[in-house]
Amino acid sequence: MKFTWFNLMPWPYLPDDFRAQHRSVWVDIPNTLYDPRKGHHVYHEYLDQLEYAETLGFDGIGCNEHHQNGYGLMPSPNLIAATLARRTSRAALCVIGNSIASYNPPIRVAEEFAMLDVISGGRLVAGFPVGTPMDTNFCYGQIPALTRDKYREAHDLIMKAWASDEPFAFDGKYNQLRWVNCWPKPIQKPHPPIYIPGGGSIETWDFCLDYDYNYSYLSFFGYLRGKSLLDGYWERVAKRGKDESPYRAAFAQIICVADTDAEAERLYAEHCLYFFNRCLHVFPPFADPAGYRTMATIKYGALAQLTLARQKILENLTWKQLVDERFVIAGSPETVRQQLEECIKGLRIGHLFCLFHNGDMPDWKTRHSTKLFAEKVMPHLRDMWPEWKHDERWWMHPMDDRIRPEERQPGAEKVGAEWPR
Amino acid sequence: MKWQMVETKKGTRCRVLEGGSGAPLMFFHAAGGLLRDNPFLDQLAQGHHVFAPEWPGYGESAGEELLEDMLDFTLHGWDLVEALGLQQPHLVGHSMGGMIAAEMACLAPRDLARLVLVSPAGLWLDEHPIPDIFALLPYQIAEVLFHDPQQGQALLTGGADLSDMEALKDFYIGSQRRLAMAGKILFPIPNRRLSKRLYRLTAESLVLWGASDRLIVPAYAERWKTLIPHARLEVIGDAGHMLPYEQPDTFVRAVTGFLQR
Repeated sequence: MKFTWFNLMPWPYLPDDFRAQHRSVWVDIPNTLYDPRKGHHVYHEYLDQLEYAETLGFDGIGCNEHHQNGYGLMPSPNLIAATLARRTSRAALCVIGNSIASYNPPIRVAEEFAMLDVISGGRLVAGFPVGTPMDTNFCYGQIPALTRDKYREAHDLIMKAWASDEPFAFDGKYNQLRWVNCWPKPIQKPHPPIYIPGGGSIETWDFCLDYDYNYSYLSFFGYLRGKSLLDGYWERVAKRGKDESPYRAAFAQIICVADTDAEAERLYAEHCLYFFNRCLHVFPPFADPAGYRTMATIKYGALAQLTLARQKILENLTWKQLVDERFVIAGSPETVRQQLEECIKGLRIGHLFCLFHNGDMPDWKTRHSTKLFAEKVMPHLRDMWPEWKHDERWWMHPMDDRIRPEERQPGAEKVGAEWPR
Repeated sequence: MKWQMVETKKGTRCRVLEGGSGAPLMFFHAAGGLLRDNPFLDQLAQGHHVFAPEWPGYGESAGEELLEDMLDFTLHGWDLVEALGLQQPHLVGHSMGGMIAAEMACLAPRDLARLVLVSPAGLWLDEHPIPDIFALLPYQIAEVLFHDPQQGQALLTGGADLSDMEALKDFYIGSQRRLAMAGKILFPIPNRRLSKRLYRLTAESLVLWGASDRLIVPAYAERWKTLIPHARLEVIGDAGHMLPYEQPDTFVRAVTGFLQR
């Protein structure tokens, strides 16, 4: 198993009455709620946490791209990864990823990812999401019905730019470039591992299998609900005659570890509820513009896509519900280990994106939970897939003689300043 | 009136509502498509040979993947005229259909008789931002589109019982398919630079607007009038954006009055 410590970087100062006062945490969230001076502290705390995770032995540290979003402070995940590249040297830098349908021209992504791979000594894991409709359509103005077509073209351009040793002309429908000549190029050959984060679009499965990319199901609703989707994916894997390496798939899961189950509730409940109640409060039409999902996907899950129903679930959530339905895996190390084992086996995943920082969780709790996990849970889950132990197809292949920039700057261990309240 | 299927040279298959006799009149529907009942078309057919095509992506019309941008849409309009074998039809377009009809008239100004634009999309005024129709809750749609939202809601659903899950599912799927297509020329801002081309218009033109249009407010009517100086402008009371459905009698009187001048 590979474990990646992921931070969504939520804004921790959303007011208590956010749900009642505002229709959406995303797209048209009032930007007066953002305070750049507090933001300075927040960024550094979150970055410190990612660096801390490396010291505890997590395989990867992860970030992602969202725009105009109260639970994501990373419109440019590449900037985040660039700072991490200079302060770490062992963990994979999982940028999951760049919403390539929104970049104009997308050769920019080929260049920036190559820069990250080179600076980090070959530690980049490169994600290419279609992008949520909130980001790609409503914030970045891409036409929903053409988003997937544009995404495919961007993908083709980037991959060809990385592979080609000579300048070439690219006559695309959305991008026309007379001289494509990627400079610099990535260290990892033929390219860094590619992860395709998917919501519930069934086309994404075939796309991953066409190119043998990792399929990452990023949901905040836990493994019980994720199972039917991943079952569908594995069925497709079998049908396509591909091997069943669990490393073909990744899953994101919120995890909270404490000394006991009761202590987990006491420490973490309010912060998880902050996340579900405020951070996921999205105006439903923003999540479902006509044309973003293909007709095939709509017919596959038609009414499940009616996001109003999902919003209803969020209205009166309790900690008990979060835990019982496994939106959150929380408890003592033993409880967490048991449930994660069920999650990993049930979904057949080789990569777990672990979400330890949730909502407005303070730094010390985030570190406490992370440390308990690293020491008392992770070691027991390492060898879940012994028969695939040597399968490194979906992981970084860094340079052996890479520079360790953080060793030139001792003191990565943090002296605990608090955010101004 | 009755339905027929036509196939364009490009390969789209479109269902066309046809009826009446007289000079040929093409009616292009709005982003929501033709509704179940379109009484104004029956009335127009009393003096004209009316053809009301459903755009690919709407109802039983297919081939939406063949049309991707404004030029594709515009040429498709003329491909339909060709497929139906019409000579110099009047072009009447409502909202998105008005945007398409205006583009057609700019592209081939001598190939039509007269032009009627009914609360057309296609322009953008920073001081009057048009509500984002791709980000509306179901109950908000009628509020934006109709002078009388309650009556409008019934017109929109065509009497379907949306508490029935199957009916709701069908309605949702149909609506997603229609707006996916409309988004190609209306998302995120319904402006594909038509204003740069309107100087080419030569056909006599009528611009009709609902006085209480909350989607594209009547300030836009003035802008159309400025861009097409020879156009006549009529604003009709007690009507919102869905003017032809809300005031069919007044609407038809205005259109036939103009076409028979």
